[in-house]
Parts: sequence; structure tokens; C-alpha cells
Amino acid sequence: MTAKLRAPGWYRAGLFVLLGTAFSYVIVGIVRTAMHEHTPWHDGTAILTVGLLAVPLFFLVGLGAFDYWFYWAAGRATRPEDHSSHGAHSWKDYFRVNTDHKVIGIQYVCTSFFFLFVGGMLAMLMRAELAQPGMQFVSTQGFNGLVSVHAALLIFLFVIPVFAGLANFVLPLMIGAPDMAFPRLNALSFWLLPLAGIMMVSSFLAPGGAFATGWTAYAPLSTDAPTGQLFFTIAVQLAGASSIATALNFLVTIITMRAPGMSFFRMPLLVWANFSTSLLVVIATPFIAASQFFVLLERALGFQFFDAFVGAGKNGSVLMYQHVFWFYSHPAVYIMMLPGFGIISEVLSVKARKPIFGYRMMAFSLIAIVVLGFTVWAHHMFVSGMQSWIRIPMMITTAIIAVPTGIKIFSWLATLWRGVLHIDTPMLFALGFLITFTLGGISGVMLAMVPFDIHVSDTYFIVAHIHYVLFGGSLFTIFAGVYYWFPKMTGRMYDERLGKLHFWCTFVFFNVTFAPMHVIGIQGMPRRVADYAQQWAGMNLMISIASFLLGLSMLVFLYNMVVSWRLGPRAAANPWRALTLEWQVSSPPPIFNFDAVPTVVGGPYEYGVPGAVHGIFQSPAEAVPAGAGAGSTTHGAEH
Amino acid sequence: MQMVAIGLIASAIGIAIALSIHWFPADAAKQDHPIDTLYDVLMICSVPIFVLVATVVLYSVWAFRMRPGQEDQDGPPIHGNTRLEVIWTAIPAIMLVSLCSYAYAVLHDVEKSRKNEMVVNVRGIQFAWQFTYPLGGGKQVVSNQLYLPKDRPVRFEVTTADVIHSFWVPAFRMKTDTVPGITTQIRVTPTKLGSYPVVCAELCGLGHAVMRSTAYVVTPAAFSAWLARQQAPPAAAGGGGGGGAPSGAQLAAVGKQAFTSAGCGGCHTLADAGASGTVGPNLGTMLKGQSQDEIRQSIVSPNAKITKGFPANVMPPNFAQTLSKQQLDGLVAYLSQVSK
Repeated sequence: MTAKLRAPGWYRAGLFVLLGTAFSYVIVGIVRTAMHEHTPWHDGTAILTVGLLAVPLFFLVGLGAFDYWFYWAAGRATRPEDHSSHGAHSWKDYFRVNTDHKVIGIQYVCTSFFFLFVGGMLAMLMRAELAQPGMQFVSTQGFNGLVSVHAALLIFLFVIPVFAGLANFVLPLMIGAPDMAFPRLNALSFWLLPLAGIMMVSSFLAPGGAFATGWTAYAPLSTDAPTGQLFFTIAVQLAGASSIATALNFLVTIITMRAPGMSFFRMPLLVWANFSTSLLVVIATPFIAASQFFVLLERALGFQFFDAFVGAGKNGSVLMYQHVFWFYSHPAVYIMMLPGFGIISEVLSVKARKPIFGYRMMAFSLIAIVVLGFTVWAHHMFVSGMQSWIRIPMMITTAIIAVPTGIKIFSWLATLWRGVLHIDTPMLFALGFLITFTLGGISGVMLAMVPFDIHVSDTYFIVAHIHYVLFGGSLFTIFAGVYYWFPKMTGRMYDERLGKLHFWCTFVFFNVTFAPMHVIGIQGMPRRVADYAQQWAGMNLMISIASFLLGLSMLVFLYNMVVSWRLGPRAAANPWRALTLEWQVSSPPPIFNFDAVPTVVGGPYEYGVPGAVHGIFQSPAEAVPAGAGAGSTTHGAEH
Repeated sequence: MQMVAIGLIASAIGIAIALSIHWFPADAAKQDHPIDTLYDVLMICSVPIFVLVATVVLYSVWAFRMRPGQEDQDGPPIHGNTRLEVIWTAIPAIMLVSLCSYAYAVLHDVEKSRKNEMVVNVRGIQFAWQFTYPLGGGKQVVSNQLYLPKDRPVRFEVTTADVIHSFWVPAFRMKTDTVPGITTQIRVTPTKLGSYPVVCAELCGLGHAVMRSTAYVVTPAAFSAWLARQQAPPAAAGGGGGGGAPSGAQLAAVGKQAFTSAGCGGCHTLADAGASGTVGPNLGTMLKGQSQDEIRQSIVSPNAKITKGFPANVMPPNFAQTLSKQQLDGLVAYLSQVSK
């Protein structure tokens, strides 16, 4: 038993959770005694605040996420790397600190899908309450909690990390690397996530209910809210730290670990997309961390950043919160979309059997979105009471950012043109994405127009827009990606018939759920309300029914994934006849990815070019650039 | 070419449908028309773009889908076409810049100040609206219903007593957040008689969904009459008295008005005041048998005693500051009277 408690793992993690709790209790008691507080040992909120910060870190230490660094920092002998933490031999290996990017990728994807289902269930509860006017199932505060936890989970625990998970698995393979640049940091990034998710969900148990101020947590509502708010404030720090660490890892991996011959313009667009996303994450995420630290300091220590009524000089600024918050949270929209753009480029090119149309413009438009993405944040604040002139430049940049996005859409359409379209499940989701994301993009441009935005901001039109870009956009690309790489990740094939059923149910019920929200929004139904006027009863009932069917169609997906992973037919190494490197190794890939270091000799999408090769498994010295067809991605019509 | 024809027809149908749908709520202010027209223009530009994307996708699926025997074939290796790429960069850019210019003109139009402007102060309180009409000479009228004379430009000076709300009358299209510490503004010129919902659009706490009021657009004559009625001290109708301490009935009348103006009805049910809020306890039943002191304590320090089934820290704790002594006394008298 002692040995188990000393070795890294779940037993030691449990012990450290107890230690962390005791630490929080004692440190709060000591500090409060020193400050001559009346009840130094009985302040539940103070202990909870310190505990929420400390216990996750203690847990991670116990689990062993820091062991190597601690040994090294203490000057003790580090355990020699025997690669025992590489690869997974049984399901239990997914529950340890594992440094294999393929294992971490699957850990990421499964964890985030777990939170997709939790968040989706919260949405079902909301729709049940909204099916009829009046209050039926939950209290108004309970409803606000559902709204807030739903959004926070799906943003911070699903869309952002699931992309990081897919890329974790695929990206090192795509660039011909044996792993990520920092495997231990990679493991730490993953293990922060379930902690953040559990913290958000467990806020329902807090006195006063879950955090109920929306995922935006605007001050001063959030600084005065019941204790549940702390769970959001601190969980965001964990999820944010995870994002930043992963993004740094991707950047270093992409910059330093590409296979010989893989220049930037021979990288698959998924790699470009994650490169761009990682830039956004590294630059922007510290801002949301700052905004939540403001809230934490104001709540825990009374800093009065946002108190305009009683603070020293009454000069707290609530608009400052919004500017700092959106300086992250707008780029976050692209953090949640660019990796999806990468997936779509892979799927469309392979399934249309054609090179991606305008490869360089596709890469440049990603970079353009990164740059412009930092100049549009205040379009979330057109009615916030900020300086009115700021609205004009923000309107223009917001409209202009549609240009690079449009370039991508049109280039994808041109990629389809005259191809040989294999219309299977990943392709269906990619095509469905083109339709629904275009709708989301159009409503985005409409929202950029200040006078129209003044009317519809904070209404169901916004709800419709964000679900068209995050569900019809991001989630469709995620499904496309999961089906596309399922054979590579699991070594099994999924059931194509169930996949198609899943697509059609999702596509139909998604549109029936979210399209009517545009209409009721323009008519004047505000968002985040537990109750609404009688005139919208019919529409809301229809939306609720469609949303339940949408929820049910996710069960088809779940069944297909679980059963196919266990019992599906064995997948070939390259079932899609794709050129990119991850398909040139076995399914699932060998433990160290490549037995021989690949050399890249051509572009990644040379479909239809006779004899084209992207990578060969020879050392650079032996590799002679192949002749015709394996050339670079020359621009301009070739015929 | 048949695809172009299909696209054109689909665009025309789409635009016709988009323009024939009645999207917006009642059109009750001068600001509505420019915004609604902007929306129509946006639809006219958007529909063809969506139709273009949808048509190309559907046509490709139909014309270029893999047929039996093509399993191992590839498409032609087209890597790009500079002319096409320039076109689909330039045309959207030009369209977007033009739309922005147009939207800027509309924004200028709906926000410009107009002659003979009347000021109404709007205050958001968790979870009610309070409207104050300054009358000059330090006098003012306070109401929790919004009365506006038809065709008179109004400037709303918007503030908050607690958190961020958002003041919105959908029928007027304009909206602004109420921001702690600053005063925000919107301008509206009501043009159509009627009553329209006033909505809080920014999540402001557990009573957010019920933070509603009504805007009445009335004729200028009716508005003056309403204003005069509100100005008359409510007790004067009772007559008599003439100085000295107000009688119980007078106090209760002051209290009834304070109940309305302080927005108590936003959260509490009280049949006598026509209030039906459900955020807080039902005062009609809750206050039965309570002494005046207990009632006073529940108003000025609401967390002292929390009714079972309702959370603490919801009712604003600052009514001792926001209500005058007379209003507070009146409120206590009124509540103890009606709950007997």
C-alpha cells in the first residue's frame, strides 16, 4: 500500500487531494488568524476559493504530471526514459499520465466528447423549460445556471480541446515527427482539462447554484454572484493554461520538427490551420485569464476593480472587463473555427480527388484571419455604452474579415468542381458544413452592421448565429474529422450506414432547431431568458421538439463510435487513398509513428497528378526528388 | 449554364420570400424604417451568395459524384486560377465596404439629435425599470411605465442602480446597456400610438426574464394629462389634512405609488397593486400578521430574514438609501394595510 501511495498514480493522487484540502483549510485559518478575523477557521467561501486553486494542483502532483520536472529541479536522478509511458496496451493506459501524443489525442477527444454530451444534456433541459411559456421544470436561477454551464462547457471543454485532441493525434504524423516537441507538457495540458470540466459541472452543487452569469461572466453581476461563480472563474484558468501549453507545443512542433523536405508550403492545410490557431491561443488566452483574475481578486479580496458605486472614488470600470474579456473571446471564435477549416481542406481534397484549389491563398487567408481576428473584438460591445466612435472601425474590420473567410469557401467550392466526389460520411459533413457555415457567416456580416446589431444584439438572433458557426461550423468539421481519422486512430472502420444516418438527422434537425431562432430574435425575443411572451409559444415548441431529435441523433453517433471501435472491421493503412503522411503508416500507427524518417518530396494534395508522391520513407540523402508530377504546388491553371 | 439559370431563379425566389416575410416587430418609431430597410438590403445581398454556395455544392454532388467504375480515378489536377481568386477576393471586399458605408449613414441617421428633444431618465434596477421625467424647477415625475407623446423626439438618459441591464423597446429598434458608473443614451421618435413591451436584454440575474415594462405612445394631449396626474400629490385627492403629519390613508397612498415606482412589482406579487412578479415571495400572503417593524426590516435589510424557498442576496439591499423617508413610511403603512 505504501508503495502504491508513493508511486505516481491514482492512489497517490487521492492522497494528495486530501493533502490539498488540508492545506487549503490550514493556510486560510493561519492567514485569517494573523489578520485577526473573528472566525478564522470557519469561512467556507475562503477555504473553497483556496481549495479550488490548490486541490487541482495537488491532484496533478499526486498523479505524477510533475514528477520528472521535480526530480530534475531538485537535482535528483531523473528516471531514465524507458518509453514505458508511450503507447496504450489496455484501456487502463488512457487513465494514466501518458506522454504518447496518440494516446493523449484520444484522451483529449474522448474527454471532450464526454463534456459535449453533458453540455448537450443541459441544453435539452433548457429546451424542456422553454417548450412552453411560464416556468415548468427549473427556477429562473436554475435556468441561468443551465445557460451558463452549457456554454462554458461546450466552449472550454469541447470545441477548443477537441480540436487540440484531433491535432494532437494527427499533426505530428502529418509532419513526419515521432511525437510532439514537449511530450510531458502535452500530458500536463491534457490532465488540466478534466479538472476544469469537473469543476464547472460540480458548480451545480455549490450553495446558491451553478454559476449563472452566462459564459461571459460580465462584472459586476459576476463579482456579486453566489459562490458557484468561483467554479467558473477558476476552471477557466485551468482550461486556459491547458490551451496555452498545447498551443506552444504545437508551435514548437510545427516550427522545429517537420520532416526533411517539408517546407511551410508543403505542409497540409490542417497543419497551417493549427499553426494559425496556436498563434491566436498564445497571444489571446492570457487576456481571458486576466479578466477572470480580476473577478477572482474582486470577489476574494475586495479589489473593487468594477465597483462603480462604493469603491474608492467610485471609479470602477465595468467596460474594462468587457474589453479585456472580448480581446480573448473574439479571437476564441477563430480558435474554435480555424482547425475546422484545416479538417475541411483535408477531407474535401481527398474525397474530391483533386488538389486543394489555391493552396497558397488558403494558407494566407488563415494568417489574414489571425491578424484581423485581433481587430474586431468590440463588435460584441456595440450596445455596451463604450465610446461610440469605436463602433465604426470595428464594423469595417468585422466586415473585412469575411473576405479571407469567403476566399476559403470559394476555394473549397472550386476544389469540388470536376472532381470525383466520394460522398461518404466525412464528405457529407464537409459538404453540410459548407452550407450551414455559409449561413452563419452571412448572419455574421449582418451583425457587423451596427444599426442592425443594435436591434438584435442580446436576442435569439445571436443564439442562432453562434450555433450556426459553432454547431453548423465547428461541430460539423469535428464530425467530419472524427469519421475521417477514425480508422487511423482506432485501426477499425466505422459503420458507413449509421454515419450517413447520423449526418442526415443532424443536418435536418440542426436547421429546424436553429433557423427559427433568427426569426424570433428579430421579432424581439431576448436571449438567456427562462420565460417569454405568449406570441413565441409555437416557434419555441417546434424548436424544443427539433432539439430533442437533434439530441437523439447524437446517440446514433455514440453507438457507431463505441461499437465500431470494439467490433468494427480492421481498417487498412490508407482506406481513403490519401497522400498525407499519416496515411502512409499502419492503422493505428506504430508506437513511434515512423520506422524510417520520411522525406517530403512534393505537395500534400497532388491528386490527379500522375505518379505524385508527398513523402517517401528514405533518408534525405537517398531521396532524389521524383520526376514529373511530384513538383511543388505550382499556382495557376495547369491545363 | 443551366446551373446559372437555376441559381438566378433560386436567388430571385429567395429574395422575394425574404422581402415578403414580416420580420420585425411593430414599426413604431422614426428609427425603424432606416434599420428595416438596411435589413432588406442585407437580405438582397445575402441570398444570392447563399444560393451560389448551395447551388455549386448541390450541382457538384449531382454532376461530379463518383460513379461505379470510378473508384480509382482522380479529378483533374487544377491547382488554382489567379483570375478567379482575384475576382472572389475583390467583389466581396467591394460589397462589404459599400455595405459598411451604407450602414454608417443609417447609424448617423438613427442616432442624430433632433429639434425639440424631450429627456426621459431610465434607470435599471434588479428587476424593474424606473422612468423619471424631469419637469424643471427640480420637480420630476417617476413611473415604472413608460409614457411617450407621439412624434416628439425623446432622448433616454440611461443609468443603473446595480448591474448591467440593457434597455430595449423592440418596436423602437434602439437599445443600450445600462452601465454602472456612466450614463448612456439612445434617441427615439415614437410615431405610432399603441403599447409596446420594454425589455431587459442583458442577463442581469435571476429575475432577468421578468424584467419587463410597457411603453405607451399616446397623443401629446393625453401625455400632458398623464404627466399632470402623476404630478398631483396622491394624497391631495383625499382632501382635508392640511399640513401636519400625513394620515394613515395618505401614507398608504404614498406607499402604493412607491411600490410601483420602486419596481417592487417586478419581483413580488401583490393583488392590490396589480403586481404579479414571482422572483420574490408573494406579499399578499407572506406579510399576513407581520408587524410594521418586521415589514420595514424586510425592506431595508432584506437578508435579515429570508423566506423559505427563496435565495438570499437577491433583493437590492439599498432601499433605505434609494427611497425617501416618506416613501419608506408610506410603503410600510401600505403593505401592512393591504396584507391585513
